[in-house]
Amino acid sequence: MEGDAAGIMDKSINVLIVDDYRTMLRIIRNLLKQLEFENVEEATDGREALAKLRAGNFGLVISDWNMQPMTGLDLLKEVRADPRLKATPFIMVTAESKTENVIAAKQAGVSNYIVKPFNAETLREKIEKVLAHA
Amino acid sequence: MPDGLRGRGASAAAAPPPPPSAEAIEAAVRAVLGSLEGDLTAKEAALLAELEALGRTVRRVKAEIAALGVEDITASHIPSATDELDAVVEHTAAATNEILDCCETLERLEPQLGGEGQAALRGAITRIYEACSFQDITGQRIAKVVAALKAIEARVAAVVGTVARVAPAADAGGAAASPAEAAAGARPPPTEGQALAQGPQLPGAGVSQDEIDRLLASFD
Repeated sequence: MEGDAAGIMDKSINVLIVDDYRTMLRIIRNLLKQLEFENVEEATDGREALAKLRAGNFGLVISDWNMQPMTGLDLLKEVRADPRLKATPFIMVTAESKTENVIAAKQAGVSNYIVKPFNAETLREKIEKVLAHA
Repeated sequence: MPDGLRGRGASAAAAPPPPPSAEAIEAAVRAVLGSLEGDLTAKEAALLAELEALGRTVRRVKAEIAALGVEDITASHIPSATDELDAVVEHTAAATNEILDCCETLERLEPQLGGEGQAALRGAITRIYEACSFQDITGQRIAKVVAALKAIEARVAAVVGTVARVAPAADAGGAAASPAEAAAGARPPPTEGQALAQGPQLPGAGVSQDEIDRLLASFD
């Protein structure tokens, strides 16, 4: 139940948001702040994100797909292949809206998938869902 | 397969022969024409006519390409268009950040309102945040257009270099690689993530959030 999930959602976790558009990072950060997630860090591509994930302790990754040099899908694969990081909830937030992209992400172990443009309610709902199953 | 062909096939697989340049074709046509002397059979006359027509076509194509001024496309038009598009991205990003600045200021003032007013303001700010994501989508769409323009630029340069000799280096050694080919040769193969990255789809071409949710649920 979504209501139950909201009740057990731990908002003190560290969240890493990954996007090569700084404006998008800012929008997601502000939306997370409205959802009362205050511990938010940013990275602008998969490589930088992976370094931060390996150095820190994150309870959620929210990542774009289309970034250089390391894409969100490649980041997801690295996360799932790393014994320490593999259980980290990972939400893909991307403009990539082809079925093949969704399937590839699912096969790589994505926790949920949000297509851009998205609304705050969709973001809240997906975060609650993945954290409830974490 | 005869051994001779097998041998040639193996050799070709190792190093494919470069395509002949326009000048090489024209020179070959002239050489063949020069070798046809004396009385001609009907077949030879037909061949001669074909070769003459081919030579005229090659000369006409070269003249037409030269007259088009295609070098302007790579030297001016496309760089100018990509610069303009870069400026669009830059200015929309600046405007979006200005809007976000204002929203953040309003958010700080929210507690002063309290009650329904605070809730209404919070709702309005959330909608502005959602709407501001347009900058990401338009930026990605413009990046796709810029990539398409650069691909056109590379192909135009290759055509000019091969046929009109505007870029003499392209004919050196028979056929030099185009800038795009040279760049592609130097790059590592794309990862699955890069190969599948296609950016935003046009309306109706991608799947909706509801369809994505159903698709993900089908894996459970």
